[in-house]
Amino acid sequence: MTQWIDIGSVDDLQADSGVCALVENTQVAIFYMPKENAVYAVNNYDPFSKVQVLSRGLIGDIKGVPMVASPIYKQHFNLETGECFEDETVCIDTYAVRIENGRVEVSLAE
Amino acid sequence: MSNKQILVVIGNGMVGQNFLTSLMVSSLKETYEVITFCEESQVAYDRVHLTEFFSGKTAQDLSLVEEDFFEDNNITIHIGDKAVAIDRARKLVTSEKGITIAYDKIVLATGSYPFVPPIPGHKREQCLVYRTIEDLEEITALAKKSKVGAVIGGGLLGLEAAKALKDLGLKTHIVQFAPRLMAVQMDEGGGAMLEKKIEDLGISVHTSKNTKNISEGETCFHKMSFADGGELEADIILFSAGIRPRDELASSSGLALGARGGIQINNQCLTSDPDIFAIGECAIWNGAIFGLVAPGYAMARTVVNVLEGGDAEFTGADMSTKLKLMGVDVASIGDAHARTKDALIYTYQNGADEVYKRLVVSADKKQLLGAVLVGDASGYGTLLQYCLNSIELPENPDSLILPSRSDESVGLGVDALPNSAQICSCHDVTKGKICSAVESGCITIEALKGETKAATGCGGCSALLKSVLNSELEKSGIEVNTDICEHFAHTRQDLYNLVMIEEIKTFDELLEHHGQGRGCEICRQAVGSILASYWNEYVLEKNHLSLQDTNDTFLANMQKDGTYSVVPRMAGGEVTPDGLIAVGQIAKKYQLYTKITGGQRVDLFGARVDQLPPIWKELIDAGFESGHAYGKSLRTVKSCVGSTWCRFGVDDSVGLAVELENRYKGLRAPHKIKFGVSGCTRECAEAQGKDIGIIATEGGWNLYVCGNGGMKPRHADLFATNLDKETLIKYIDRVLIFYVRTAERLQRTSVWMENMEGGLDYLKSVVIEDKLNLSTSLESQMQHVIDTYRCEWKTTIASEEKLKRFRHFINSDKTDENIVFVEERGQIRPADEDERQHFKLVEEA
Ligand code: SRM
Ligand SMILES: Cc1cc2nc3c(=O)[nH]c(=O)nc-3n(C[C@H](O)[C@H](O)[C@H](O)COP(=O)(O)OP(=O)(O)OC[C@H]3O[C@@H](n4cnc5c(N)ncnc54)[C@H](O)[C@@H]3O)c2cc1C
Ligand code: SF4
Ligand code: FES
Repeated sequence: MTQWIDIGSVDDLQADSGVCALVENTQVAIFYMPKENAVYAVNNYDPFSKVQVLSRGLIGDIKGVPMVASPIYKQHFNLETGECFEDETVCIDTYAVRIENGRVEVSLAE
Repeated sequence: MSNKQILVVIGNGMVGQNFLTSLMVSSLKETYEVITFCEESQVAYDRVHLTEFFSGKTAQDLSLVEEDFFEDNNITIHIGDKAVAIDRARKLVTSEKGITIAYDKIVLATGSYPFVPPIPGHKREQCLVYRTIEDLEEITALAKKSKVGAVIGGGLLGLEAAKALKDLGLKTHIVQFAPRLMAVQMDEGGGAMLEKKIEDLGISVHTSKNTKNISEGETCFHKMSFADGGELEADIILFSAGIRPRDELASSSGLALGARGGIQINNQCLTSDPDIFAIGECAIWNGAIFGLVAPGYAMARTVVNVLEGGDAEFTGADMSTKLKLMGVDVASIGDAHARTKDALIYTYQNGADEVYKRLVVSADKKQLLGAVLVGDASGYGTLLQYCLNSIELPENPDSLILPSRSDESVGLGVDALPNSAQICSCHDVTKGKICSAVESGCITIEALKGETKAATGCGGCSALLKSVLNSELEKSGIEVNTDICEHFAHTRQDLYNLVMIEEIKTFDELLEHHGQGRGCEICRQAVGSILASYWNEYVLEKNHLSLQDTNDTFLANMQKDGTYSVVPRMAGGEVTPDGLIAVGQIAKKYQLYTKITGGQRVDLFGARVDQLPPIWKELIDAGFESGHAYGKSLRTVKSCVGSTWCRFGVDDSVGLAVELENRYKGLRAPHKIKFGVSGCTRECAEAQGKDIGIIATEGGWNLYVCGNGGMKPRHADLFATNLDKETLIKYIDRVLIFYVRTAERLQRTSVWMENMEGGLDYLKSVVIEDKLNLSTSLESQMQHVIDTYRCEWKTTIASEEKLKRFRHFINSDKTDENIVFVEERGQIRPADEDERQHFKLVEEA
């Protein structure tokens, strides 16, 4: 069974942008696209620059696929799968995330 | 010992160097060991653009020789040494400094020298010529203590020399023996129009004047006396009365010369000695010398081919010319004087606009034989192609010179040109060559220049090159994609106009009406910047926040370890001791790495995102405001100390810098903008390397635009001189907003200028002459930006809501433990990977 962890209210999210939450010692970047009613969660760690900054990247889509661009060296990551568009050998962790009754919940389990 | 043959090239001027370059990319590189003599103290430079030396180009800028060219190609060059004798019987060349070389082949490229008519007094001091960098240095030095200059000779070079004297601030005269200026290229009507235009510029033209004597003057250094009894006084006299081939070496070694000098050559460019070639201005072919580079380059190519065993021939050259002198367009093509039998002439003269055009066509009206254009040479490329390629003229040839009253275009489409049409005469590049380069993937002008060299000589063919490129791209269906990204099928300029015309205020609105998908970091930032420069709303406003680059979202520059730097504004680089102490105390309190930037202010590094608001609160309390180091916006206005303290200062550069920085701070633009203000021509603020540069002079402020340091430095262009402050500011307002409106995303002003059709003159016509009738709109837009300025940090720390973002975690007050510092030279720095690993182990242990 998925174990959902409450990380705060929808109001803590930033529309069309990202924030970072600490979930059981893991830094999780959470992106919110209110128009599509979509929310995504990925690991905050940027494997290229090796720093915890992905939540501060710009988001949008590449050919319809939602993505975040690393703020340091600008690689793009698929928000759904974690795959890096520029380098197929690199993939970041993604997590289940949902909005229930105005609360944001993340699950780290596979 | 190599068994290579010895090839000696005498003269390292434009043509000599061109020959060496062609030789080194040919198979002959392996056949010959090359030795060259260079009489001048500098290796080959661009004489064609010599006059730019006065507008700040250095000998280095003008150089035609790539770095390490001689070393890399194993060419021995003797700089400052000239060949003085050729012993043809023993095949030896001897130099002035005593070097003797046994040669197999010689190429003479000794150029020409300016002819000085033997008028009594012509050897007086302050009588100079205009050919080498050394001549120009001498003229510059002399101009400093002179008031009046006269040029003897009203040909192409004479006019150029006159422009130089005028730019050096001298009252300038042109004294011309012939009855009109540019007598070789102009007919009477063209010459008269040209004279009028030159006089309008404040240069006095004296035609049909035969100078008889030069003696000591009364009000100036010299007095010139003319055959008609007139007199003129001047401090400097420049002779520009034509050129004479430098054939002294050829002559002393017994080579055949032309009747009036010049080294006689045949179609292979061989002299009367089968082992000696001559190329460039020293050579005479079929009774003619060629005083332009393009024929010289053609000769150089011929020799390379002949040495390779090919059958190339030099068969004369087109002497058509187009130039812009002091803003006046002048062009002459082919048989301008209508010397061909039965030639017909069409002329068009518009006294109001001061335009003169003349066409010379064959009796059957089918072929263009020649043309003269003054005041508007825009038709030059088309006419030249008609003439050179014998393209049949339209039914009414005069339609080619009459102003078009309808939309109908009378220009010759490039498609009408045969593949053999020569587009670039300097480098002999045909249309065919360009088309195949385009086909093989060169789809930008820059790429084409690199591949074919077209437009890298005199530059006269650039417009034509561009048309060929565009037409080829269109034909092959390669759409030149200028879309900003996949979400908007528009250029940045289009988007800017849409925002302006439809009064669009948010990204979502623009996306909804003109775009698709969800956007990306490219269009978001670009639109964010457009909205900010047009509306100037707070960039962290809810609607705009997601458009900002990471740096703008946190109003600070992210560093490699995810921390930020903090840069308070110090307008003009001026800071009070108390201000400096406050900055120091804050840096100390938050343990920030502190450094003076290259932009004359202080940068504090290593702030965690959550520390930014308290740091800024303290800075603002101490009187500072955001330095916008993170924005694509005005960065710094660098100043020198100026007249307030400096003994040479002509005006208050710091005062102006502070005023300008405060005026334009906060202006969002396609890229960052930097200014410099220097208090005198010593230029300690390096203003000529900035987007906007200002230098104080006795007569007012000189404005320079579109300079750049950085990756590809560009010397700024002199835009206007001797301005009062009000006009200066007006011009800067207009230039900046015009840049904001029309540049591509992330395009600095330097690149914007390089890509601007019409270049500097066009920008001047928009900003100074207000050709597009935009000045009021440009100025009022700038005024809006100034009126709505806010310190973004001040707005931000006043908002609880905004401050929420500056926590690392939304659900915890912990900070990012991935950030680790170590100490170096008494300050912090980010730990490297090993150090971080070590740190973790220590903590866990
Ligand atoms: C801090 C500073 C270096 C220093 O310690 O001195 C600096 C630091 C950076 N420069 Fe710079 N530049 C700094 C002065 C300069 C100068 C010197 C000047 O302004 O007189 C230049 C050359 C002048 C010019 O711009 O024409 C300069 C040319 C660049 C360029 C190349 C721009 C170009 O057109 O080629 C970049 C890259 C870019 O912008 O795309 C760049 C980019 C950067 C970035 C933004 C690189 C990055 O993405 O991280 C650095 C941000 C550091 C930060 O967080 O503040 N920096 N940079 C200087 C800040 C000046 C200030 O007070 O604001
Ligand atoms: C101000 C100015 C503007 C011009 N504008 C244009 C233009 O717009 N378009 C155009 O097509 N042309 C223009 N020209 C002409 C163009 O510069 C010449 O056609 C070109 O430089 C000729 O090249 P060259 O190599 O034959 O001669 P040069 O460039 O004069 O080179 C000859 C070199 O040989 C050296 N030399 C001579 N004798 C010896 C020796 N015995 N040993 C060693 N070295 C020797 C000389 O010192 C010189 O450096 C202009 C010229 C000037 C001065
Ligand atoms: S030169 Fe390079 S390393 Fe140095 S501050 Fe500028 S961008 Fe950074
Ligand atoms: S014609 Fe001179 S550069 Fe092309």
